[in-house]
Amino acid sequence: MSYYFAIIGTQDNPLFEHEFGTSKQGGDGQPRFTEPARHLNQFILHSSLDIVEEVQWTGSQLYFKAIDKFFTSYISLFLTPSNTKFLLLHQPSIPTSSSSATTSAPGGSTTTTPLRVSSTSIGANPTSAATEEAVRSFFVEVYENWTKAVMSPFYRVGMEVRSPVFRARVAAAGRKYL
Amino acid sequence: MPGKAGTKELRYPSNGKTIYHRPLARGRTSELSQASFAYLFSEMVSYAQKRVTGISDLENRLNVQGHPIGVKLLDLLLIREPPRSQARPLTIVALLHFIKGAVFQHLFGRAADGLEKSSDANTPDEYLIIDNEPLVNAYVSVPRDMDKLSCAAFVAGIVEGVCDGAAFPARVTAHTVGGKEEGEMWPGKTVFLVKFQGEVLEREALLGVGKG
Repeated sequence: MSYYFAIIGTQDNPLFEHEFGTSKQGGDGQPRFTEPARHLNQFILHSSLDIVEEVQWTGSQLYFKAIDKFFTSYISLFLTPSNTKFLLLHQPSIPTSSSSATTSAPGGSTTTTPLRVSSTSIGANPTSAATEEAVRSFFVEVYENWTKAVMSPFYRVGMEVRSPVFRARVAAAGRKYL
Repeated sequence: MPGKAGTKELRYPSNGKTIYHRPLARGRTSELSQASFAYLFSEMVSYAQKRVTGISDLENRLNVQGHPIGVKLLDLLLIREPPRSQARPLTIVALLHFIKGAVFQHLFGRAADGLEKSSDANTPDEYLIIDNEPLVNAYVSVPRDMDKLSCAAFVAGIVEGVCDGAAFPARVTAHTVGGKEEGEMWPGKTVFLVKFQGEVLEREALLGVGKG
């Protein structure tokens, strides 16, 4: 599974983005998006903002699972009370037989990543209850760190978060849960 | 900020702990003494008073100082709620209860004294939050020629920030209503007038229809 995570501000402006892969089931934490897909992801994520506006008044919870779907990609949403949107795009890994799972190693030789995922694992099934819970835990941890970032007296609402410590924290949360 | 190069040479505090290492939970000892707050607040008022054109301008400046605090408080106070009762305020009433309870409790150590809806039929968008004895006004004596001034405009700014942050755009002003007659129980009684913008009421009506 590959993930693309973005924080969108109240003016629909991106504040933070991070790409990572699964660390469960022997994953190496690297995203497996193809180069065109990486650009497309940003479109998919931002187009789901329309749905965010629809669902945000339907319930007072913070976490909305899989609000949008684009082919195999799912989008989950976490809304902070101040209406900052955490959006996570999760895309299950493409089976090994297809060429896109083959990645070029830095040395020039191509290595095929063996995918040993069972159908019930977090990595393979984006709509399972286990995935849902894992995504929620991930969001809650990011929310805590986000609040810390926002509480900084030098932070004004709508500012991009550039802190490498924050990025490391998000990456750590991704490693821990997803 | 030294610019783009600054990200490379990030300076950490000498103990290696950034804001991300500090817990968000509130300790019992984290309360601030009223004296130091009053001292700081007096400086804030005199800072705001520089180069102002009038009382409304001064109140506006105090309001602007409070606004970012309100927006940030929203995130902080919800994370301190137990996970089961974490809920974003979706209606005006839920939001005002949140302000009256959690926000005032956090800021002043007690909830606000009252919450009223404007009885005037022409202004259904106005709500009143009543504070009998605003902490910020405790040591403020307003000169006679500025009797319209209420330094609680700062608190009004915080309330406005909370409303704006929760996507309920509003205009909040503070008015001193006490002190008109002798022997009143609360001479410093202050009313925060929350005037929501039209779209908030429209949405409220739309959501109400959806439920019923």
